[in-house]
Amino acid sequence: MSETLKVVENATCTFCGCVCDDMELTVEGGRITKAKNACVLGKAWFLNHHVEDRPVAAIEGRAATLEEAVERAAQILARARYPIVYGLSDTTCEAQRVAVGIADRIGGCVDTTTSVCHGPSGMAFQGVGEVTCSLGEVKNRADLVIFWGSNPAESHPRHFTRYSVMPKGLFVPNGRKDRTVVLVDVRRTKSAAAADVFLQIKPRKDFEALWALRGLIKGVKLDPGIGDSIGIPLAQLEDLGRRMKSCKFGVLFFGMGLSMTRGKHLNAEAALALARDLNRYTRFVAKPMRGHGNVTGADNVVSWQTGYPFGVHFGRGYPRFNPGEFTTVDTLSRGEADAALIVSADPMSNFPQPAREHLQRIPVIVLDPKLSETAKVAAVSFTTATYGINVAGTVYRMDDVPIPLRPAFESPYPSDEKVLRAIDERIRNLQESA
Amino acid sequence: MPEVFVLIPGRTSRQGTSINEGKDSPEYRDEVGTLIMSPEDMARLGIPEGGRVRLSTRQGQIELPCKTARKGELQAGVLFMAYGPWSSRLMGGDTHGTGMPDSKAFDVELEKMS
Repeated sequence: MSETLKVVENATCTFCGCVCDDMELTVEGGRITKAKNACVLGKAWFLNHHVEDRPVAAIEGRAATLEEAVERAAQILARARYPIVYGLSDTTCEAQRVAVGIADRIGGCVDTTTSVCHGPSGMAFQGVGEVTCSLGEVKNRADLVIFWGSNPAESHPRHFTRYSVMPKGLFVPNGRKDRTVVLVDVRRTKSAAAADVFLQIKPRKDFEALWALRGLIKGVKLDPGIGDSIGIPLAQLEDLGRRMKSCKFGVLFFGMGLSMTRGKHLNAEAALALARDLNRYTRFVAKPMRGHGNVTGADNVVSWQTGYPFGVHFGRGYPRFNPGEFTTVDTLSRGEADAALIVSADPMSNFPQPAREHLQRIPVIVLDPKLSETAKVAAVSFTTATYGINVAGTVYRMDDVPIPLRPAFESPYPSDEKVLRAIDERIRNLQESA
Repeated sequence: MPEVFVLIPGRTSRQGTSINEGKDSPEYRDEVGTLIMSPEDMARLGIPEGGRVRLSTRQGQIELPCKTARKGELQAGVLFMAYGPWSSRLMGGDTHGTGMPDSKAFDVELEKMS
């Protein structure tokens, strides 16, 4: 056995919102060589991780010291009239907290990748409320599990085996045999193989189908024409409604098939309202399938500190929430933001073209372990250590359960939190001396 | 003549694994740069496996190769591609007051390239 070999038990994978905390990592010579218990995504996350050979910081693409880059970043943010802070779903809660503080200090917006993920679901929670539970309750109680517009087989590979479909639980002692699994999607995804019932809905008909189910469970007689409209025959919808009412504990996991499709928050509201209605007959919950490793933490931290989960503006000295106004795609596409602090996100890769064009017009500060497309156009970029692999801290699983990180090895680069604290401190100095 | 389809960008496990090798890796670029189409639409339009098409929206235009969907995966008229820089080029900046641009199930015009 190599002298440098180290095994880290109960490490946490931060690739997706499942945040599995039962990893056994083998570390040899500054690399993770084995990731026991990891899924295909987790293995790729751990085994491909290597410390980049890049300067700790760059200004306008030229290598800079950490101090020089902090100074430049602070100058940009302190002078901006409409600065925005964005990203935050792939970093620790400790770093998120500092980022929210910076937005407050400079009177800017703070928004997270939630706004292009389950932001509409966040709006729906405010409109309808959330009947919720932990994934542990799903594991121990759920006998009807519905996935709607989500494909865990590919995006959350251990969800089935760890929480929702396969595990034996207190009230479902036979595991899979005690559960009925339903998948509703526009595409017969790889998740369909795990379902007892697959309903292939027509695109953009989720709201109608969910609203029809609300009617059915209340005994409303529906026009059979609804079947042609949504692509699911009325008899099958009635069957689903009966299963929902007669189960002991049902859960509706909804994905971005609802939140990213036209209707967005209304689609999510329909799902939440359906779950709420079902509690007249049985116990039923609805939960969003969250994507990034700590996007749920971002919602929690921004909520603790501002009262709202994302899309918050401090320009008047107090937090205001308005999706569509203070969310990042909007502040960029409308050309309002005049500086951006981007933490662990890559909007130059995945934002709409008008937003990307504006990002190229304004000074951008990026913190990222990798040379992302956004880092390539940044005025100031910092190479930071990877959370979970190199950095300790807290992340939130998709069911709002906080999970500690147990890093595998140290990085030569600073954590996001350390860089953000330095920027925050320097901004404070600049403001006090102004 | 271009024909209107509904495009569903979404996550795939290959996109998820290859993103860790970097967004410049050939595998990632192949995964996010390939369009999946129902066998019925491929046959009807005479598009061979790997044949190239142009997708357009009011926002932008991309050209990419097609791959046949698994049996029953997609209904005729519906297209799938892994979410990434190419699918984003077709998205508009309007979020309809939600913060979320139309990122799934939006109309695209498809044109077969000779």
